[in-house]
Amino acid sequence: MSSRNVVIGSSVGLHARPARLLVDAVAKQSVRVRIGRSEDHLVDASSILAVMSLGVRGGEEIVLTAEGEGAEEAVSELAALLARDLDSGE
Amino acid sequence: MRGNPASPGAVAGPVVRLTPPPVLPEHWDPQAAPEAELIVAAEALGATVEYLEERAASVSGESKSILETQAMMATDPSLRAGIETSVENGRPAAWAIRDAFSKHITELTNIGGYLGERAADLIDIRDRAIAAALGLAPPGIPETDRPFVLVGQDIAPADTVLLDPAKVLAIVTEKGGPTSHTAIIARALGIPAVVGCAAAAGLADGQTIAVDGARGIVVVDPPAEYVVHIEAEAAQARARTASYSGPGATADGHPLKLMLNVGGSGLAAAEAAADAEGIGLFRTEFLFLDRTEAPGVEEQRAAYGEVFRDFAGRPVVIRTLDAGADKPLPFVNSDDEPNPALGVRGFRIDMRKPELLCAQLEAISLAASEHDADVRVMAPMISTVHEAIAFRTLARSYGIDNVGVMIEVPAAAIRAKDILAEVDFVSIGTNDLSQYTYAADRLLGDLGELLDPWQPALLGLVATVARAGEEAGKPVGICGEAAGDPGLAPVFAGMGITSLSMSLSAVPAVRAALKGYTREQCEALAREVLLAPDVRTSRKIGRIGPSARLA
Repeated sequence: MSSRNVVIGSSVGLHARPARLLVDAVAKQSVRVRIGRSEDHLVDASSILAVMSLGVRGGEEIVLTAEGEGAEEAVSELAALLARDLDSGE
Repeated sequence: MRGNPASPGAVAGPVVRLTPPPVLPEHWDPQAAPEAELIVAAEALGATVEYLEERAASVSGESKSILETQAMMATDPSLRAGIETSVENGRPAAWAIRDAFSKHITELTNIGGYLGERAADLIDIRDRAIAAALGLAPPGIPETDRPFVLVGQDIAPADTVLLDPAKVLAIVTEKGGPTSHTAIIARALGIPAVVGCAAAAGLADGQTIAVDGARGIVVVDPPAEYVVHIEAEAAQARARTASYSGPGATADGHPLKLMLNVGGSGLAAAEAAADAEGIGLFRTEFLFLDRTEAPGVEEQRAAYGEVFRDFAGRPVVIRTLDAGADKPLPFVNSDDEPNPALGVRGFRIDMRKPELLCAQLEAISLAASEHDADVRVMAPMISTVHEAIAFRTLARSYGIDNVGVMIEVPAAAIRAKDILAEVDFVSIGTNDLSQYTYAADRLLGDLGELLDPWQPALLGLVATVARAGEEAGKPVGICGEAAGDPGLAPVFAGMGITSLSMSLSAVPAVRAALKGYTREQCEALAREVLLAPDVRTSRKIGRIGPSARLA
């Protein structure tokens, strides 16, 4: 399993639009990705409702995990996305 | 029937009622077969997704993004899983849909804030899917080909964004005050509207009604002559509004400057070319929102400079950062506050983190020296004379000569005389001043009546500040919702207010309203309104004033 901590770059946090961009990016991965505040409380990162329900704020640190072949690359790609300010345009 | 006049204009047309959201009874017939219910639920949800995707494809920009996100929510795998579990437990399709959504709606609501508001999106999607599962018409605005008068209890914000001014002749709602969301949207779109008309509950689809938005009157099956009469009158009012131009003044030439409220990066060409005397409120928040750290001096200097250049030769009042409360910034508002509107916001942040304000004043000063605009600076959320002095001293040290403050806290309004002794001008922010005067959260629609700009206590405070300005011989402006109300413009002129700052679309009607009164009549009107015992009376005085005089 691959895992990484990321500080959320969007100032407003993982609200609707950043959450959608994450779910879109996860859909392109072939591995199962999970996200949460700690490894004990992870949700499915392909569910926008689950991601939004975390209520993650801007500047908060979250953990991303993935399992299977290509997990390392997937996690690092998604971590880079989340570290960006997803509110400031595409 | 009568309601609150919410948006001027008069028109007649057939009623189309907003379809209410479906109500599920607590009891249901036993389901036929789980497999069949699952298919019904899946199809209902699928139709909802299809609708959202179609709508998303037909629009662009922010609306597209919102609709695409809604479509993604509706396709979420957890909803499908929730529906399956519920159907397996013996629930029919519509109830299963409700079960599947309820967990997420509760979760989002509990988070609160911006994310909590997204629960409303989920409720919309749920209601649409439930209606589809029950074979009912989708809630909201029905699809029709011909123009109509939209009638409903109240119009949800989600529905107002879908309003097509080409199709919606007028709006009549059973609930809501003159400052309700519906009223504001209707005015912005130029659609005549009457709100808070309880008797409209009895109107049926297809009935012809005449709506007089300026008077707040709705007539069922109106005689043809009546329709011709009110429509001609409305056209005349529009023509009168359009026929005036130039600086704001009363009928006998007493000036009241008409200025613009401007915010956002890159000024729209329309605002720069507008027939307005300058900018009364240039909001700087746009540069700071959605950022993780403050923009640098150079970036700010360039952004402010663009606006100063476009308004060369005209006064520009630029307001320093107004963060906090409903506009939190991560690099400014670090602590969770139980009552952010009563917390560290506006100038109160500057007292604690002066480096932000210093960088901003430096950028303003540099940009002002490069352009030929008459730049003035003012601070938000000043509550004491001490704060006003602190701001003035700092602004002057950056070479800015014309320094003022916002009056949006009752404490500052009460001590306006002392504050005006220290600064060059003040501007009254009526939205926040209402909020603090009436202890009523601006974001709570439920308290709309207390936040009505015609409330006597608010107008009393405005008059106190205006009087202090006259005595000191210094300008007192108003920015905020009240400044764009044509009915209030002569009242403010009569109090001695020297400028009104509003959105671009509000200027022509305010200019025309001022032309309807002499200075003396304005003063009489202001005296009468200030004596009103309640908001209904003050509004009525404002309304009857012009009609009695024209008759």
